[in-house]
Amino acid sequence: MGAVGLLLIISAVTFGIFFLVPKAAGVTSDDLAARFAGKTPDAATLEAIKDRFALDEPVPVQYGKYIKSIVAGDTYDTGVETIDCPAPCLGYSFRTNQPVFDEIVDRAPVTFMIAIGAAVLWLLAGITIGVVSALRRGSVIDRVSMGIALAGVSLPVFFTGLLSLAFVVHRWQLLPEVNYRGFSDNPFSLLLPWICLAFLYAALYARLTRAGMLETMNEDYIRTARAKGLPERTVVVKHGLRATLTPIMTVFGLDFGLLLGGAIITERTFSLPGIGQLALDGIYQSDLPVVLGATMVVALFVVLANLIVDILYGVVDPRVRHS
Amino acid sequence: MKSPKVVTSAAAAAVALSLGLSACGGSDDSGDGGGSAKFDAGSTAVVNASDKKGGVLKYAQPDDFDSLDPANMYYAYALNFSRVYSRGLMTYASKPGTAGAEIVPDLAEAKGVVGEGGKTVTYTLKQGVKYEDGSQIKAADVKYAVARTFDRGVLRNGPSYFTQLLDADGYKGPFKDKNLDNFKGVDTPDERTVVFKLKKPFSEFDQVVGFAGQTNPLPQAKDKGERYGLHPFSSGPYKFEGDYQPKKGGVLVRNEHWDQATDPNRKQLPDRIEIQSALKAEEIDNRLISGSVHVDLPGSGVQAAARQQILTQPKLKDSADNPLAGFHWYLPINTEVIPNVECRKAIVWATDRSALFRAYGGEVGGEPATSIQPPTVAGREKGTDFYTKADANYTGDPAKAKEALAACGQPNGFSTKMVFRSDRPKEKLAAEAMKQALERVGIKIELAGYPSGTYTNEQFGSPAWTKKEKVGLGTYGWAPDWSTGYGYLQPITDQDAIVDTGNSNTSVLKDAEVNKKWDEVVSIQDPAARAKIYNEIDQRVREQAAIIPNVYAKSLLFRPSTLANVYLHAGFGMYNYATLGVTG
Repeated sequence: MGAVGLLLIISAVTFGIFFLVPKAAGVTSDDLAARFAGKTPDAATLEAIKDRFALDEPVPVQYGKYIKSIVAGDTYDTGVETIDCPAPCLGYSFRTNQPVFDEIVDRAPVTFMIAIGAAVLWLLAGITIGVVSALRRGSVIDRVSMGIALAGVSLPVFFTGLLSLAFVVHRWQLLPEVNYRGFSDNPFSLLLPWICLAFLYAALYARLTRAGMLETMNEDYIRTARAKGLPERTVVVKHGLRATLTPIMTVFGLDFGLLLGGAIITERTFSLPGIGQLALDGIYQSDLPVVLGATMVVALFVVLANLIVDILYGVVDPRVRHS
Repeated sequence: MKSPKVVTSAAAAAVALSLGLSACGGSDDSGDGGGSAKFDAGSTAVVNASDKKGGVLKYAQPDDFDSLDPANMYYAYALNFSRVYSRGLMTYASKPGTAGAEIVPDLAEAKGVVGEGGKTVTYTLKQGVKYEDGSQIKAADVKYAVARTFDRGVLRNGPSYFTQLLDADGYKGPFKDKNLDNFKGVDTPDERTVVFKLKKPFSEFDQVVGFAGQTNPLPQAKDKGERYGLHPFSSGPYKFEGDYQPKKGGVLVRNEHWDQATDPNRKQLPDRIEIQSALKAEEIDNRLISGSVHVDLPGSGVQAAARQQILTQPKLKDSADNPLAGFHWYLPINTEVIPNVECRKAIVWATDRSALFRAYGGEVGGEPATSIQPPTVAGREKGTDFYTKADANYTGDPAKAKEALAACGQPNGFSTKMVFRSDRPKEKLAAEAMKQALERVGIKIELAGYPSGTYTNEQFGSPAWTKKEKVGLGTYGWAPDWSTGYGYLQPITDQDAIVDTGNSNTSVLKDAEVNKKWDEVVSIQDPAARAKIYNEIDQRVREQAAIIPNVYAKSLLFRPSTLANVYLHAGFGMYNYATLGVTG
């Protein structure tokens, strides 16, 4: 119920931002209609658009209709035919003339592949580097890897992405052009976005892991494990790393949930048609149903990812399971 | 927090810098370079002429079409591309040079025959023209295509000339009124004859019919309303393979029912045409240079990084064209906010044309303007300068400006506001140049930037807003719907063209002499006589200091060596998409 309430609040806020804020700034329904019209629209055109989009209806009525369509579905008149938009109907885009839910489903494979591939890379790289750095604290390896981690955190995807596209793809031609459009395409064409995104996140996770491992490896039970004669690998992985994983999982849940809702900058940088790019286009074009739909999906994924993380706590940490 | 657009632009600039440095270092370019033609050859002649069939022609665009429904689009590049899969009664001639701006018969056998004192225009369809399913194109399909443009709630992107010109008042379109007999604006006495009925004579009706796709025939049974643009029914050389996916792209293949013998304006050379949408502009440039994309669909020129790369490498430069794009970036002075012509003259006299020229990219970005109509407009005369000089080195005449200020009763100057599109660096630079130049004579300018998305509708395009905010001038640009003085000047100078939202007459000009000429010119059938009046209007507007001429825009277009039959089309201001082929 909490999640449902959260989604309602988010949808209401987004709705308000789109309708109430512009109205407060003096934007009229004619202005809104003109955003959907071609060059130099005449008065009749604006009236027709206002009528068709119900722009003169009170905002609460429009919001009510939107929520109702999510629960009960809706239909849309294209002029000639009626399009069914079954529940959960997230609205209909008058820019692309498609139900928003269909668009999100169409874009989801791209976003999912970006998120999953990058997450695998950053978890593997980040945790490995973090563990090695913690175990070799103060060594050259530690300093170099933490230096790289700092660079990773400091260099956002739009920078590393554009540089790598310009040089790795176009100048040196070491990797093919990034052209992933859906499950039917080769996912390894996403290698560059994965690496750029993972570079950012791996740095963060390396630092998190290192800090956690440094703390854990000084705990009494680690000393006890070593005293019992357990192999160092078992001590590190089973006792040290396992305890460190709990905070990492918490952060990972949030990060991964957000990415599933659209890796906006990565998708934009590499021109990948994912959910993030869809949302961004929606913002640029004042396409409220798309923005609302994408926002709801992001919120849903974050809530779901956190729910899964909560369940996994019990697997990783016996104290949670027993309590 | 900065918006993604801002931060990516900053990063793009960094990449541009590093690429530029690499280029300066003289490293070998790995791209395919260009063909044998020289720089700017495609601006006036066909480059890489070839009738070789086969291959895949790849288009890319950073955004998307307003629609692929020929009746529901307004972008010049969309209208250009629509000719690949759709035909209308009239269209632009597929010829290089100024001949391309001429409207010629397409599905019609000949130009429109004017009757009943100019109140009817009749076209006859060619024999044997067919749709992609092999069925015959009929006059009733043209009538239906025109009728559907009357529903502005569904087909809201396209031009609205037919609703204004045809004698069909009260008709709501075939979506609301299914009985096509109720549409009286077009008659179809037989299967091949289409008679347009006008409220009053309109001498450029062929142009109205030909510049856009609103007469492209469509059988009523094939219409999908606003979703028709996802899969238009082809009458041109190519047809869609599956639905077009907005912001992703689509594929076209040969239409075997199209007959070259009926169509001198198109070719059917590649086997397939692929469109990739929502690809970043900088990435498109990179792919153009490497040859993996053949055409940048919007046709507005490469971005800053590629521009530097192309202009500094002779091999790449030979594969580029730098034509006039059809736009004139001018500066309207709001005659409602600054009603005294002497005050407006002072602004024009003080304008630093040299700074403006540089703001718009110097020689590669454009050429200094004299007339309001750009050189691409048929019959346009260069004219003489009023209160300024079309000279890249002219910095204004402060002394004359002060004289004008004295005549205006404001010897110490006055204050006003200037607006510009905040996401267009050139316009921001131009606004800053104006502020500096006008301050020399005591005219204080307050600058205000607004996003492109709302600028032409809600700010500078709203006369009520400009009046309320006391906006005296702004940055603006205009390209004609069709290449005549009417297509260019009427929307930006006729009082009748002023609308509350999305207004193009941004000078809010209400000049009786200009209005009278607009009323008279529409019934003159001789194009040369009309052009003379257009030039008089052009001169009158500049005499009234309602518009400061600035630069005629030039774009830097790149043509990969594998692209065949490339030339600038005067009607669209970009390469002609209807005849392209690939040789690699």
